[in-house]
Amino acid sequence: MSQENPTRLELIGITKAYPGCVANDAVSLKVAAGEIHALLGENGAGKSTLMKMIYGVVKPDAGQVLWNNKEIAIEGPAQARALGMGMVFQHFSLFDTLTVTENIALYLSPAEYGSVSALRQRIVEVGEEYGLAINPDREVHTLSVGEQQRVEIIRCLLQDIQLLILDEPTAVLTPAEVAQLIDMLKQLARKGCSILFISHKLHEVNALCDRATILRGGKVTGSCIPSETSAGELAKLMLGDELVLDHDLPPGNAGATRLTLCDIEVRPTSQFAIHLHNINLELKAGEILGLAGVAGNGQDELVDLINGELKPDRGTLTLDDVALADCSIVARRRRGLGTVPADRVGRGSVASMSLTENQLLTGYVNHGVRHSLVNWAAVRQRAADIIGDYGVKATGPASMAGSLSGGNLQKFIIGREIEQQPKVLICFHPTWGVDVGAANHIHKELVALRDRGTAVLVISEDLDELYLLGDRLGALCGGRLSPVRPKAEVPLEQLGEWMAGAFGNAQEEVAHAH
Amino acid sequence: MRIEKRLQPSQTMVYLSPILALVLTVFAGGLLFAALGHPPLESLAIFFIEPLRDTYGWSELAVKVTPLLLCATGLTLCFKAKIWNIGAEGQFVFAALIGGAVSLQLTEVQGFWVLPVILLSGALAGMAWAGIAALLLTHFNTNEILTTIMLNYIAVNLLLWGVHGPLKDPAGFNFPESALFAEHTLLPLLSFDYRVTVALFIALFMVVVIWVLLARSLLGFQLRVLGENRNAARFAGFNSRAIIWFLLLFSGAMAGLAAISETNGPVGQLIPTLSLGYGYAAIIVVFMGRMHPLGIVLASMLLGLTYLGGEMAQIDLGLPKSITGLFQGMLLFFLLGCDLLIHYRLVLKERAFGVATT
Amino acid sequence: MDLALLENILFATVRTGTPLLLVALGAMISERSGVLNLGQEGMILVGAACAFIAAYSADSLMLGVVIGALAGALVSLIFAFVALTLISNQVATGLALTIFGTGLSAFLGAEYVGQSIEGMTRVELPLLHKIPLIGPALFGQDLMVYLGLTLFALVFWTMRSTRLGLIIRAVGENPQVAHALGYKVLLVRYAAVLFGGAMAGLAGAYLSLSYTPMWAEGISAGRGWIALALVVFASWRTERILMGAWLFGFASILHLLLQGFGYDVPSNLLAMLPYAVTIVVLVFMMSRKGAKGLFAPRSLGQPYHPPQ
Repeated sequence: MSQENPTRLELIGITKAYPGCVANDAVSLKVAAGEIHALLGENGAGKSTLMKMIYGVVKPDAGQVLWNNKEIAIEGPAQARALGMGMVFQHFSLFDTLTVTENIALYLSPAEYGSVSALRQRIVEVGEEYGLAINPDREVHTLSVGEQQRVEIIRCLLQDIQLLILDEPTAVLTPAEVAQLIDMLKQLARKGCSILFISHKLHEVNALCDRATILRGGKVTGSCIPSETSAGELAKLMLGDELVLDHDLPPGNAGATRLTLCDIEVRPTSQFAIHLHNINLELKAGEILGLAGVAGNGQDELVDLINGELKPDRGTLTLDDVALADCSIVARRRRGLGTVPADRVGRGSVASMSLTENQLLTGYVNHGVRHSLVNWAAVRQRAADIIGDYGVKATGPASMAGSLSGGNLQKFIIGREIEQQPKVLICFHPTWGVDVGAANHIHKELVALRDRGTAVLVISEDLDELYLLGDRLGALCGGRLSPVRPKAEVPLEQLGEWMAGAFGNAQEEVAHAH
Repeated sequence: MRIEKRLQPSQTMVYLSPILALVLTVFAGGLLFAALGHPPLESLAIFFIEPLRDTYGWSELAVKVTPLLLCATGLTLCFKAKIWNIGAEGQFVFAALIGGAVSLQLTEVQGFWVLPVILLSGALAGMAWAGIAALLLTHFNTNEILTTIMLNYIAVNLLLWGVHGPLKDPAGFNFPESALFAEHTLLPLLSFDYRVTVALFIALFMVVVIWVLLARSLLGFQLRVLGENRNAARFAGFNSRAIIWFLLLFSGAMAGLAAISETNGPVGQLIPTLSLGYGYAAIIVVFMGRMHPLGIVLASMLLGLTYLGGEMAQIDLGLPKSITGLFQGMLLFFLLGCDLLIHYRLVLKERAFGVATT
Repeated sequence: MDLALLENILFATVRTGTPLLLVALGAMISERSGVLNLGQEGMILVGAACAFIAAYSADSLMLGVVIGALAGALVSLIFAFVALTLISNQVATGLALTIFGTGLSAFLGAEYVGQSIEGMTRVELPLLHKIPLIGPALFGQDLMVYLGLTLFALVFWTMRSTRLGLIIRAVGENPQVAHALGYKVLLVRYAAVLFGGAMAGLAGAYLSLSYTPMWAEGISAGRGWIALALVVFASWRTERILMGAWLFGFASILHLLLQGFGYDVPSNLLAMLPYAVTIVVLVFMMSRKGAKGLFAPRSLGQPYHPPQ
């Protein structure tokens, strides 16, 4: 149907360069009225930059933007909105401590909403019309991630919208929520609104989109109709000559129990924290246990708990039959517990320090320090070894951690932890925002570590990754842990239900029986 | 004109920025003198060059450098860890009060241990005063900037109470001053012609100590991580509390030694206006000195010079002595402004990027 | 305790709390927009010195008040330029402003030390000032006290019910998002800092024209810092700032009371009270459960530079 409709948006030769990299190089694409158009590409392909230019957040260095066949220069988001564009950002553009209504009021101009009470009423109405119910008086930080996305979408729908841009909208949703979102978008498109949908997930694009434009390294590598194009071709356009994600890795061989969490409860320490309830988990030597879950369902708390940054209010942790309750973070590391945190820049490394210093950051526990003096030569050598052994692209151990790409920094951090020969490794988002080559490399290293007898816990939002690596799978929802079963017994539908919290009260019953 | 983020912070600008700030301060100072009706070049010469005409001038600079440098060694470590101890002034004043009281007690007592005891009392008093802030920060999470500042005001009032009350010189015609300290409680002079004492060597020794600590020790590494990224320090299992305690106690001890270097050095008694704001000026020393041991030596000389220059301007130009504070404030403003160039570059007009895709 | 004494205590409490109220309101707005300006003390001093010089030279208290506010705003502009446009560390820049302001005010005011002027007179509001207990305290003061209360009401209304208040909160909560929505983050922050500077300047004018009608070096005596603590105490909420200002005002006159009751405590030790109370209050605030930075604007003190 898109062929017959008039063109809504056309980009011709859009170029944007940042110091040291060209984010978009002569990108052209066309979106028709009522069309659902996918923008496909790997992390770092330039999708987000392109969207921000369409929406006026960033100005292009060169190129033309045509809106309903008229050339325009978009000076800012306000003008983009006035033209009839709306955007749902990947990292939500909401103010956590303000209410839903206040957030939406800030997005609109007073002329658009009249009074606050009228706005509140319209939020409720639009929510009902599109099946996006939301309480307009709640503060945003009290909402789930899916609900926050609703707020973002509702505020776009309050205006006369002609183009809705969504930046990786499904990354934060459970499979059921994704289905709901897709229905809503189709309903919107039927009313004539164009939709630009950014993703790197092929199956969603297939299910939803009329056309797709594929970006790689800032350039358009192809344009196609997804339903008429094979997944292999799409993947090749997206990834180029790079390897596609491996699809089979050898299974593990579970041995004795290494790490045990028994009846753990952690009460929230701040208004933004999640309450962990009755966590029971056994991690065995030589296996990878994969935990799924939408962000903000207790993953951070679980990792902090095991690492020792958070103390349980109830329950016990044991590592090789030694209780960890009174062990400091350092003592846990000495006993063989390694952690790769989710936030590699914010916690796993110090951006302004060299790789040598970043090696010492956790390496100091086992290596390089005598009589509280640092043997910098030894530490530097060790950092250089990690750079060599793990294929980290850096000029040398003196490079600043912050100057490395995400994938290379992640390889360095994982190398740093693996080189300490942990008995248990907690790996949170091992390949988040990492290119495919680096992800493959990291996956192989984790499997090799497992085969040397280490118990590995992988926590991820990427279900493909969990099915690839995990020997057993489970999910976290609302601070509760689903049952954990061997991969073969957990079909995707089952995992999706667990992510949505539908796993009965199996664990609670155990707890009540005590 | 616009600014553009650099890919890597510029090391050149790290060292160039203080020089640029000094040039701008001199320039602005010249404008100030001109506006006040004084010939700018000659006035600047009086402020910046005249004090160092002779050996005595240089020795006086060393007298000013001693307390500034001692305070700055402690603050360097604190600020590296982003522990904003603004309380060197209060730690200095409290240590002066206690050290002064001890000195007066020891007026009649002779012995090789007298001076070490006085130095120790000053250092311990400084540590105690800083320890209050450490306790409040580690146990009650109370902002150290506000507590240390409040402790400064409290310390000054304690000193005033001391010199108006129990420590007042009975033979002093009711002036709010203590008696002069006995000869043997004073720090030995390096030469009888000048007022420089052995405290200068203590200060230089402490510079070496923090140099080794920062460059070689695990503690030095840990406190730098604490300053750069608290979450990473926590993740790595560093004992932040212990580090904070160490930092505040150490800088308190340094401020305490600085106080003794003044009271039992050139001043020789307790007076109400004992500190000429050394604790605050030392903050500027640390920033100007780039938190580097060698840098703070140079910067303490510059800040010391602003005190001498202020005195000169008062004598030769008839300007208020507070011109010192004006120059110090300008110096810090210009420095912080110039530091922009460490992380950003100025771009005069739009240019195309000729950079390859990454 | 008789009524007259109580009335006097309340009167002095409100009077002493006024400069704290003015500074804290300004500091709160600036912090709500995300800017931590530790230069309050310097701005008060410059405001006080300039207000006194203007009032003394032109023999006009009103001119003094206006000049005081302008001077405070002007020096805060230096801070704003360095901290916001040149993206410097706000803590260090605020300290620079305090050091600079202390030096500048002493420099400007050197010739005026020891001079005196006729301070502001009380303006009793008809009938109202006769209300027992609170009448003199709220309706028998000088114009600056009324100005302080009026500005309080204005700030309260702005933060609670206006779009401007919502925008200030949004900018302080998350400048990246505010920018993405098309708000001019730096403009809002500049305005907030300048407002804070003017308020501190007004407080300075109050000190040198009304509270103790004279100029002396360091006349603010740490009020800028106490006001910063007061903002923490008030959890960045306007209504609590008024209560806090009066509480701290009361703490500052405690020594008069103690002396009035015949306790013989050296005045230098009593002068420590407001600072000690400030520390105690901070400890109390922060040690309450879950209070850790709960109410502070999220981006407080963090530099922000809009992307090109």
